[in-house]
This record gives sequence, C-alpha cells and structure tokens, in this order.
Amino acid sequence: MSIQVIKAGILDTVQDAGRYGYQQLGINPGGVMDRTAMRMANALVGNEAGAPVIEMHFPAAEMLFEETMLVALSGADFSPRINGEEMPVHKPVCVREGAILSFGKQIKGARTYLAVKGGWKADNWLHSYSTHLTVKAGGQAGRALGKTDRLFPQQLQPYGLLNKESIFEALPWQAAVSAFYQERSLRMIQGYEFDTLTPAAKEILFSSSFTISRESNRMGYRLQGPPLLTTQTTELISTAVTRGTLQLLPDGQLIVLMADHQTTGGYPRVGHLISADLASLAQKNAGEPFSVSVVSVQEAENILHRQEMDLQQLQNACNFRLAQYLLGV
Amino acid sequence: MALYQYLCERKITGVLDLIPAYTSLTIVYDLAAMIKKNPGQSVYAIMESQLQEAARSVEIHTVMVSNKVTIPVCYDLSLAPDLSELAALHQLTIEEVIQLHTSPTYRVYMIGFLPGFAYMGSVAERIRTARKSSPRTKVPAGSVGIAGEQTGIYPLDSPGGWQLIGQTPLPLFDATRTDPCLLQPGDEVKFCSISLTEYHQLKKT
Repeated sequence: MSIQVIKAGILDTVQDAGRYGYQQLGINPGGVMDRTAMRMANALVGNEAGAPVIEMHFPAAEMLFEETMLVALSGADFSPRINGEEMPVHKPVCVREGAILSFGKQIKGARTYLAVKGGWKADNWLHSYSTHLTVKAGGQAGRALGKTDRLFPQQLQPYGLLNKESIFEALPWQAAVSAFYQERSLRMIQGYEFDTLTPAAKEILFSSSFTISRESNRMGYRLQGPPLLTTQTTELISTAVTRGTLQLLPDGQLIVLMADHQTTGGYPRVGHLISADLASLAQKNAGEPFSVSVVSVQEAENILHRQEMDLQQLQNACNFRLAQYLLGV
Repeated sequence: MALYQYLCERKITGVLDLIPAYTSLTIVYDLAAMIKKNPGQSVYAIMESQLQEAARSVEIHTVMVSNKVTIPVCYDLSLAPDLSELAALHQLTIEEVIQLHTSPTYRVYMIGFLPGFAYMGSVAERIRTARKSSPRTKVPAGSVGIAGEQTGIYPLDSPGGWQLIGQTPLPLFDATRTDPCLLQPGDEVKFCSISLTEYHQLKKT
C-alpha cells in the first residue's frame, strides 16, 4: 500500500544523497538541496541517512495515506496538517490509513522533506534514486510528482503505534535541528579567481548584505548586491564547478551553484560556500538577505567535522529512541 | 588527461568524482567521510600529497589510451540551419566546410553543460566561428555545432548558441543504456559525411 498524491505541489521530487561518479560525463549529482534535513527526517523514522525522501517546495502536494505509516517531516515548516489538525515537524509521526496530509502556509524555510520508515521505493538510475529532471530518469519516472502518483514504502510499516481512535500520533521526542542552520551569515573559502577581485570588491563582498533573487532554483541561487569588479578581463577556460561555488557573472553579480548545477563553467570562481553551510542556504527563500565571511580550508574542515559529530549524535539518539519505542509496543 | 586516467584506475578512498577539463582536473571528495577516517588531520593536505604523488607516477609510467569513435553526420541544409551562412562568412563552399570539418581527428577535452555534451577540438582555422549572438531556445538533440575552435554535439534538446552545421542520427545520450554517454573524456572522434537518406535509415535503427 502507498501514499497517493491527490493534489500536485509546485515541485515535489524523490531525492537521495545524490548521484556521484558520473560528473566526467556531464551528469550532475543532483540529490536533496538540504542534506541535513534529509538525514534528520530519515533518522527520525530509523532509516539509513541517505534513504530516498520526498523533497517538497511550497505550495506542496496534498497526499492521502492508503496505509498506516510511520513518517517524519524535517527541513522547512510549511505548517503541515493531518485532516486539518496540526502535524509536528522534526518528530516521528504515525499516520492512519485514510488520513490526508496537507500544508497551510510557509512559516520558515524553502524545502521540506518527507521520510517514511524504510525509505520510498523509486527508480534507481546510475546508483541513485534522485530525480534527474533533464534526462527524465531516477526517482518517480524521472519527473516531479503529479496528481494520482502513488509512492510505496520499501518495507512493511510498524503496527500498533496508534490508539484505536487517533488519526495520527506523534512519538514523544523531537530532533533539535536549529543549531545546524546559520541565520544571517554564511562562510566561504577562497576560490581560484578570488584574487582577481579588486581590493574594493573584496571589501564589498565581506561587508555587504546579499539578497537571494527570484531567479533561484535547484540549479543555483542568483544573489543581488552591489556589483563586484574583477581584473579578470579575458574569458576563462571552462573547468569543473561544484555545489557551493560562488561564480561572478559578467554583470558583477554572484551566483551560488546548488544541487542541479552544471558540471562545468567558465565564470570566475570567487569562492566556495563551505559544505557545513549549504543546508542553511538551501532553506533560504527569495528576498532573504545574508552576508558572507571567509574562513581557511582548515577551519572549513573543522566546522564540518564538528557539525558531522553533532549530527551523528542526534541521528544515534533518534535511532535509539525509536528502537526502544518499537520494542515497547 | 593522463592523470585522470591514472586516478580512475587507482580509485583513491573518499573520491566521489574526477572531472577533467581542458587544462584542469577537478577532484570531488567526500569530506565528511574522509574527516572521520583521518581525525585531526587536514583532509585537503592528505589529498594534495596523494595527487602530487600520482602526478609524479604518471610522468614516469602512463601511456594514454583512447577510444576511437566515428560519428556519421548529415550536413544536408535541412538539418544544418547555420551552414550556408557560416560558409558565406568564410568565403567557402558548403562542400569545403564539410571537408574541413570531417578531416581532423578531434579529441574530447571535456564533457559538460549537459549530460554527454562533449567539447571537442580543434576545429580547422578556416571554419572557426563565434557563437551566435543570441542563442536558440531549442536546439534538437543530435545537432552538430561549432563554437570558436570547439565542435560538439547536443545530446538532448536544449537551448544553445553554437553554430549548427549538421546532425548525427546516433544517440549521444540514452539514459536506458548501462553507459548512457557515447563519448568519454579523452576519446578520439572523427566525423564522416552521410546523405539525408542514410541519415533517415540510421535514425530508424
């Protein structure tokens, strides 16, 4: 049995940790925009960190549970409801067969992730369940979820978590995720062409506020801010680029490459946002401002290391609580 | 390219992707996993020393191997929207342009922009042409184009600004194949001219 989309959202796709090993063929890794949220949603239902999840943008889909399932939402808060009643985020929730999940309004964040115990069944293309929209492969037939689509959990759901009368029940713990997200300031390491920025441009880069423009999507975020001048006047020879790369466009504005970025590019690489801060950016919406500061490669590694340890601890705690709970019923 | 092939064979732990381009090789590695394996050490420094080591070995040992691929191209004007203009611009006949485009053996320097889009060079000087000033919103899959000294084939329908001089009936990209892309970085490619009838026959098979 399954969950059925009864009203399509604007862009809901099945994603996992991404498709690596094929960038030399121009096949970009894709995968979830917010890896922290994917890991949290999965941990809350006892899954492996990279099990397939549904990534939803706002307005998100409305879905009918055709089976009682253990699910969790993490990432953005779109005020989820089950049959009109508020459903908590960052918590494992058991939902009864026949119940409808819908979303009210966008309270915080840009993407929410729905995990089910065991992970969602999806098409595997080149060792990943992520939806590749350009080549129409992976995930749910290589496309965004549409009305009447059905998604199935990869394993049997745990029974007996619900009282006879309840439509849904949240299990009594919550993942504290806010510490993993930076609000206003994101960090970068210097890119190969950082020193082609004029001294004034460097000053502007680290003292200004940049706003995410409307032309931002899973490929990249265009930023609006004071234009930056570069001494790079000749065209660069194309090289590989990656998630987090800050490229300087000819008009002096910046673009940050995100999950569905092209594998190569020819614009100056001013910097690379550090891996630890990419989840924070993925949860920012058009119009939101942030500033940029610079750290060394070693600092970036240390920050990620600490974040990884904290995440691992939280994942372990979630797994432990769930295992105990399932033993008890 | 030799370093790329050398590293592909050796599989360094933690490396997710190796992406060669014209003058660079980019390594994407799983930072979180590598930090876990090497606590207290700089993963960047570890990677750097492994790459320097590899670069030294490559100079001594490696002989580059490359596949040789022949790609049939139909230069019929019905499939080549920019061919007449390009010929006129360089004061060449269409036959001369075809001759110049099919003579060299090209090297795949890089794949990027789209899955399976191979950047090949170098195009004969007499037919090098800048990209169109305003890109087309839709270029059909299989279109063969020129951009400066590069030539390439669109693997999928896509917007694009290259000068289109023909079409190949071969699928450059097919998601259902185990190897979805026809071309690999480092391949040697030759184009051969085919008629419109042959194009349609090959397209069917």
